Amino acid sequence: MELDSVVLARMLTTLTLAFHIIFATIGVGVPILISIAEYIGIKRNDPHYLLLARRWTRGFVVTVAVGVVTGTCIGLQLSLLWPSFMKIAGQVISLPLFMETFAFFFEAIFLGIYLYTWDRFKKPIYHWLLSIPIIIGSSASAFFITTVNAFMNTPQGFTLENGAIAAIDPITAMFNPATPSKVFHVLTSSYVSSAFILAMIAAFHILRGKTDEYYKKALKLTMVAGFIFALSTAIAGDLSAKFLAKYQPEKLAAGEWHFETEKGADLLLYGILDENHEVKYALRLPNMLSFLSFNDFNAEVIGLNDFPEDERPPLWIHYMFDIMVTIGVYLVVVSFLYLLFERMKRFNPYHKWLLWAIVAGGPLSLVAIETGWIFAEVGRQPWILRGYMKVAEGATTADHVGEMFLLFLALYIVLAIICTTVLIKMFKNKPAETELEYRFNK
Amino acid sequence: MDIQLVGMTVLWLFLYGYLIVASIDFGAGFFAYYCKMKKQDHLVNHLISRYLSPVWEVTNVFLVFFFVGLVGFFPDTAYYYGTALLIPGSIALVLLSIRGSFYAFANYGSKENKVYLFLYGVSGLFIPASFSTVLTISEGGFIEKRGEEIIFFADRLFKSPYSWSVVFLAIVSVLFISAAFLTYYADRANDEQAREILRKYALFWSPPTIIASLLVFAGLREHNIAHFEKMLMYWWVFGFSFICFLVASSLIYQRKRYGTAFVFVMLQFFFAFFGYGASHLPYILDPYVTIYSAYTNETMGIALVIVFIAGLLLLIPSLVLLMRLFLFDADYVKGKK
Ligand code: HDD
Ligand code: HEM
Ligand code: HEM
Repeated sequence: MELDSVVLARMLTTLTLAFHIIFATIGVGVPILISIAEYIGIKRNDPHYLLLARRWTRGFVVTVAVGVVTGTCIGLQLSLLWPSFMKIAGQVISLPLFMETFAFFFEAIFLGIYLYTWDRFKKPIYHWLLSIPIIIGSSASAFFITTVNAFMNTPQGFTLENGAIAAIDPITAMFNPATPSKVFHVLTSSYVSSAFILAMIAAFHILRGKTDEYYKKALKLTMVAGFIFALSTAIAGDLSAKFLAKYQPEKLAAGEWHFETEKGADLLLYGILDENHEVKYALRLPNMLSFLSFNDFNAEVIGLNDFPEDERPPLWIHYMFDIMVTIGVYLVVVSFLYLLFERMKRFNPYHKWLLWAIVAGGPLSLVAIETGWIFAEVGRQPWILRGYMKVAEGATTADHVGEMFLLFLALYIVLAIICTTVLIKMFKNKPAETELEYRFNK
Repeated sequence: MDIQLVGMTVLWLFLYGYLIVASIDFGAGFFAYYCKMKKQDHLVNHLISRYLSPVWEVTNVFLVFFFVGLVGFFPDTAYYYGTALLIPGSIALVLLSIRGSFYAFANYGSKENKVYLFLYGVSGLFIPASFSTVLTISEGGFIEKRGEEIIFFADRLFKSPYSWSVVFLAIVSVLFISAAFLTYYADRANDEQAREILRKYALFWSPPTIIASLLVFAGLREHNIAHFEKMLMYWWVFGFSFICFLVASSLIYQRKRYGTAFVFVMLQFFFAFFGYGASHLPYILDPYVTIYSAYTNETMGIALVIVFIAGLLLLIPSLVLLMRLFLFDADYVKGKK
């Protein structure tokens, strides 16, 4: 592959998004858990939960900072790297982008207030109320940006004649067929990832021999939330697949290595594809693809061969899809096992292996986020606006994109390293036990 | 007033907002570093961090708002500036990222790290300098369209005296606005030592803002005579700006009413900024992009204006709450909360 400015622009966009999405996911999900913890703490007058909320918030601020700066990067890079795309699509889709900035604004203001008013109100519940606008702001920003991405997959709300855009309807563009399933899936996957990241921290401490009730309460809270969100994510993922079958069949077909249009299509799990497009070592579930796509074992599923060769997405996205779904199932199972063990007196919910499985859930959920986006985005190729504009037509014609790629790569490496060390230091220097003591005299 | 003008005015207002809040932030970073070097940090830095901590993210959103809004209202600007400004834009982004994240790292994480503080202080001067060159570029002569290609002449930018005068103005303005605000803030906190140091900074940086403005006028005359002549038509606006400058500086000099003084500093820049903006119209990029040629379609334009009004109804009460808690709450400012 030659490194022309189109390929480089894609690489730089991918780099920034892949980095941003980690922090964006945490930014959308963690406020909910903070809010739940603070609420329980206030209602039960339990310092453990209040401390949880405080410590999570402190870590959260650092990740938000990285989320904000990388988000600013992707926001400007959209214009810097995809000027022709923004010139055309901007006419139809700038409404949600603009609304997103209001959501940011709202969130930023209340986050600032929330951080510095822990002890300023006579009634603690007032402080808890401040967490609501933060949740609304961050989830709303996820909603708006996801409608933009949905629009790229199923564009509507305009007509295109000789390169000129007409009959524009921004609301129809926002609420395109991809919006419901995508928004649902993006939100739930953010929530479940955040729950598992926080659960990972609690489980890790228990494994390291910490015995304070604090960690057990943290684990229980995050695992209950994690189970609910993991189930919702799987449901949302199923809806996404049904959406694909109907509106973007080439993406589903490429993800499933489904070549011939047929009734009663089989579902392929795992496996590899050899040079001749023969599938090997795959697990074949008869008629399941039809069922998953249309709730009907005999429904017809469109195959990839129905599409012109230059409009087929790359076939390797199958692996991305498998990784994501496997992790999705893993998260449901692990959180379910924990809840089961917790309820049943006979089992030990703090068994070493279960705790390690929970710890693994943290990084794995982020892997699922990344592979999920890669599946969704690469599966849209070669289009940037499906059916209207190809990626190559949207890219910048400027030189030196390669150097900029290296510049941002260096930036993100530095940010990742420092962010991690700062977070680790922050909590090592001030263990929960000591903080509990001096804050609540316990 | 037609909708293009409404849109541009709204965006310009937000850019003005960014100019003020970001200047306070940028300048504060530089002062914090400078005081550290002079070992006066124990007098000033806690004050700076008390103000900045709750609001830094809000500052950043002003900027995001401006460029998202600009591209939304005037999609053509994305095409021209986007193609031309890949390198300077990317560098500004990297600086901004370093600054924002390092602020959080230093402030919430490990305290007292010299490297963080250095990066934080220096980026506070480089960022306004690099942003200000976008205004220079908008004057024309640095971007040319040849056939389908958009070419940016970085070498011309580096050799242009006008460009350097704008950079100089940006830096001194940042330091002046910031010092004037922090003097006021220190005064509210009854922190006399800090106030005296900051007051000296404010007085030190006030004459250079005027000198720099004159240099910019002179530079523009050489660079874009048509714009210069239009600016002369708005001479009274710049006159107001100068009067506000005199009032602000003399109040600070007489150690009186620092709050009013800062309002006059804001007015000084308000008049200058809007005088500049009004005379720049209709161009967004001379001579290729005007607010009329780049305007999005009517439907989107109206939708954006509606959303903008609805958004303001949401934001203004929230901003007022933020300011009441952190700016006008005397106990918080004094460090009692
Ligand atoms: C799942 C949710 C989600 C997704 C898909 C994205 N973002 Fe993001 N973004 C957030 C969720 C988020 C957030 C959680 O709301 C952040 C992180 C920290 C914060 O305060 O807001 C954020 C920050 C953030 C900022 C900084 C705002 C500020 O200054 O406060 C910008 C400009 C963007 N994003 C822009 C984008 C663009 C252009 C994206 C896609 C191309 C994108 N985001 C994908
Ligand atoms: C459990 C089973 C799951 C199924 C059946 C599933 C299904 C899907 C499908 C079909 C898409 C493509 C949607 C499109 O392109 O329009 C998708 C995308 C995505 N998935 Fe999953 N998913 C599952 C679990 C997960 C988990 C656990 C995560 C993360 C924690 C996740 C994160 C994502 C993300 C971030 C996207 C891209 C956004 C989108 O297009 O909606 N998924 N998923
Ligand atoms: C206006 C909004 C968007 C634009 C212009 C855009 C554009 C693009 C383009 C051109 C690519 C390169 C595709 C490739 O190289 O295969 C890409 C990839 C990607 N996008 Fe989107 N996208 C947008 C929205 C989003 C959103 C909201 C997300 C979620 C964070 C997202 C996540 C990704 C990811 C993870 C990739 C990497 C895929 C890969 O590995 O190639 N995108 N995007």
